[in-house]
Amino acid sequence: MKFINYLTSITGVEIYPLITLVLFVGIFILATILVFSKDNETINKIKNLPLED
Amino acid sequence: MNTEPSRDQNISGSEPILRPGEGLQVETFYYDNRTVKNFAYATLFWGLVGMLAGLWAALSLAWPAVNLGLPATSFGRMRPVHTNAVVFAFVGNAIFCGVYYSLQRLLKARMWSDKLSKIHFWGWQTIILLGAISLWMGFTQGKEYAELEWPLDIAITAIWLVFGANMLGTILHRRVAHLYVAIWFYIGTWVAVAMLHIVNSIALPVSFTKSYSWYAGVQDALVQWWYGHNAVAFFLTTPFLGLMYYFVPKAANRPVYSYRWSIIHFWALIFLYIWAGPHHLLYTALPEWAQSLGTVFSIMLIAPSWGGMLNGLLTLRGAWDRVRDDAILKFFVVALTCYGMATFEGPMLSLKSVNAISHYTDWTIAHVHVGALGWNGFLAFGMLYWLLPRIFNTKLYSQKWANTHFWIGTLGIIFYVIPLYWAAFTQSLMWKQFTDDGTLQYQFMETVNAIQPMYVLRALGGSLYISGLVLMIVNISKTIKSGKLIPNEKAEAPSLPENYKYKEEKGHWHSWIEKRPVQMIFLSLIAVGIGGMVEMIPTFLVKSNIPTIASVKPYTPLELYGRNIYIREGCYTCHSQMIRPFRDEVARYGEYSKAGEFVYDHPFQWGSKRTGPDLAREGGKYPDSWHYNHLLDPTSMTSGSLMPRYPWLFDDKIDKMKTYDMIRAMKKLGVPYAVGYENIANDDVDMQASKIQKNLAGDKIDVAPNDEIVALIAYLQRLGTDIKAEKN
Repeated sequence: MKFINYLTSITGVEIYPLITLVLFVGIFILATILVFSKDNETINKIKNLPLED
Repeated sequence: MNTEPSRDQNISGSEPILRPGEGLQVETFYYDNRTVKNFAYATLFWGLVGMLAGLWAALSLAWPAVNLGLPATSFGRMRPVHTNAVVFAFVGNAIFCGVYYSLQRLLKARMWSDKLSKIHFWGWQTIILLGAISLWMGFTQGKEYAELEWPLDIAITAIWLVFGANMLGTILHRRVAHLYVAIWFYIGTWVAVAMLHIVNSIALPVSFTKSYSWYAGVQDALVQWWYGHNAVAFFLTTPFLGLMYYFVPKAANRPVYSYRWSIIHFWALIFLYIWAGPHHLLYTALPEWAQSLGTVFSIMLIAPSWGGMLNGLLTLRGAWDRVRDDAILKFFVVALTCYGMATFEGPMLSLKSVNAISHYTDWTIAHVHVGALGWNGFLAFGMLYWLLPRIFNTKLYSQKWANTHFWIGTLGIIFYVIPLYWAAFTQSLMWKQFTDDGTLQYQFMETVNAIQPMYVLRALGGSLYISGLVLMIVNISKTIKSGKLIPNEKAEAPSLPENYKYKEEKGHWHSWIEKRPVQMIFLSLIAVGIGGMVEMIPTFLVKSNIPTIASVKPYTPLELYGRNIYIREGCYTCHSQMIRPFRDEVARYGEYSKAGEFVYDHPFQWGSKRTGPDLAREGGKYPDSWHYNHLLDPTSMTSGSLMPRYPWLFDDKIDKMKTYDMIRAMKKLGVPYAVGYENIANDDVDMQASKIQKNLAGDKIDVAPNDEIVALIAYLQRLGTDIKAEKN
């Protein structure tokens, strides 16, 4: 049985690329916005974790 | 401290152990330094072995006599030993060393299970040892950086799971609420490598030491380079970025420049990297849209990569004066600079116009060595110089030697890469040079001989780099002698209360995620899985992506035997089987390659480097006797050839008992042999072999029909002839 047979059985597989692109761009923008809106105190706390021995 | 204390021990030792939820009381626990030490030693040991194998391969290109005429020492076997040893043994052990050191300290917890740590360490070393031996013996799947045969692939999966369980267990038993960004990189690495390794290694075993890739031709190439590129991304890059985010701040004694950048760096990198694989297949028979996808995402990768590099370098703000004296910081600065150079160069190489020049030349080799020697090597060296004296409770034996190592190593990198860039430009331009009459100006051999001095210089660069490592090993062993290992390092931290609701910072989404490692693994898997699916599913699905060619027929059983030998000897490490649609390539090699020509190739053998000429249309170019003499002594047919001699092919025999299993396996993989063909296939083997035997006898060459050389000649004479047949 060729591998292709398993893939062809997925219905509506054509939509995958579109969903992906939307997901990728969406998450990327969301991450950027949210990361920059994060409060400085928390950031500083986490940032210093490696230095606390 | 010689006894192994329990993970959690109350500070006084007499009271019952505090569990999370019993209050924020300070607990005493012990970091496991022994496993860190073991991985550190393994890094240095395998680093030396892997680099010496690389030097051997480099010397054999400069002076082919170095191949020694023995199977194990010929370039085609030494090169996979080198790449696998450096990637999985040197860099792999460095990753584990750094992860085991930093994870415990970032989470304020001992590794979850000492037993798993032990299994992980010894399991990985066993795989490396068996891997090296099996590659020297010629057991290979014939896919670059994924050469190891199926039993070892399964062992790798098992040990990788052990590593994951140990890491996740530690994360779940931590005493720190937040997961520092380094740990995300570790988690992302673990998820992605598991996925890549499993998908790319799917193969059908025919014996304990032989299997055929589940995929064929174009699909196999796509899966392989999706894997291959992401081996660079998720084995050589993301774990090292995690190490960088821990050890650079440690060594500089200041926090990372921007923690915000590091978060974006992480998500952007794991999301983008997974798409970039097809840039290894530009101008090949891979569908155009997949090639473009690879290029677009590769260009986008510059942003997060450079963000990460600058973040690392800017961490040293205010500490640059220390870089002058501190060898460790020097190593880190050059490592980050090399990371920046390699991640700028990578996207440039994925532009089709640049790739047209760079691909199949030494440019690729130079590019990966900027990464391997500069980024991986120097970061690992810096990390070990920093960490080993600490776990041995001593000081580095000689700062001066460490500085000398830095300069020798840097010179080594320069002497390694510059000659190869030079060689690449020279050779590529010579390949493409036409005379005024419209014929190719240079024979292939002339272009090789023109760059051979560069191979000598490259070997010199490699030797310098290795001598730096030797100096480091001496320095480290003297350091170790001056101290004593603290196998269990005492530490104290308050426990995390069980009812800790993660509410101390107002419900920020990322606070949510960075405290939930399991969800983090899941999200990382989605991020890396999507790119792979989108690239591969359509290629597998849409019939039009791989137009079938009626005249392309399955290999004969004798040709399959020959193909097995071709794979075993690592011919793909020097010869491509993929003619790009360029004027010079068509003029030199013949009709450019079509996707439909490879539908029965399990695995594909397109190759990635032309130290020798392309072989896609080799069939029928020369008489059988030419191949016979050429494989016995390449210089007898091609003056100045760098190819090793293969004397063992003239003594060793093919085992016709294997025909049945081989044909059965191919049928299972979808190759359309006739019903019951496996039972009569040996008749065809005999017929084809005796034909070649007769041809050779005509040139006064005496062979037995079951000599390996006969099978190999059968395969070589078949290459690319299906399309020629269609034209005639």
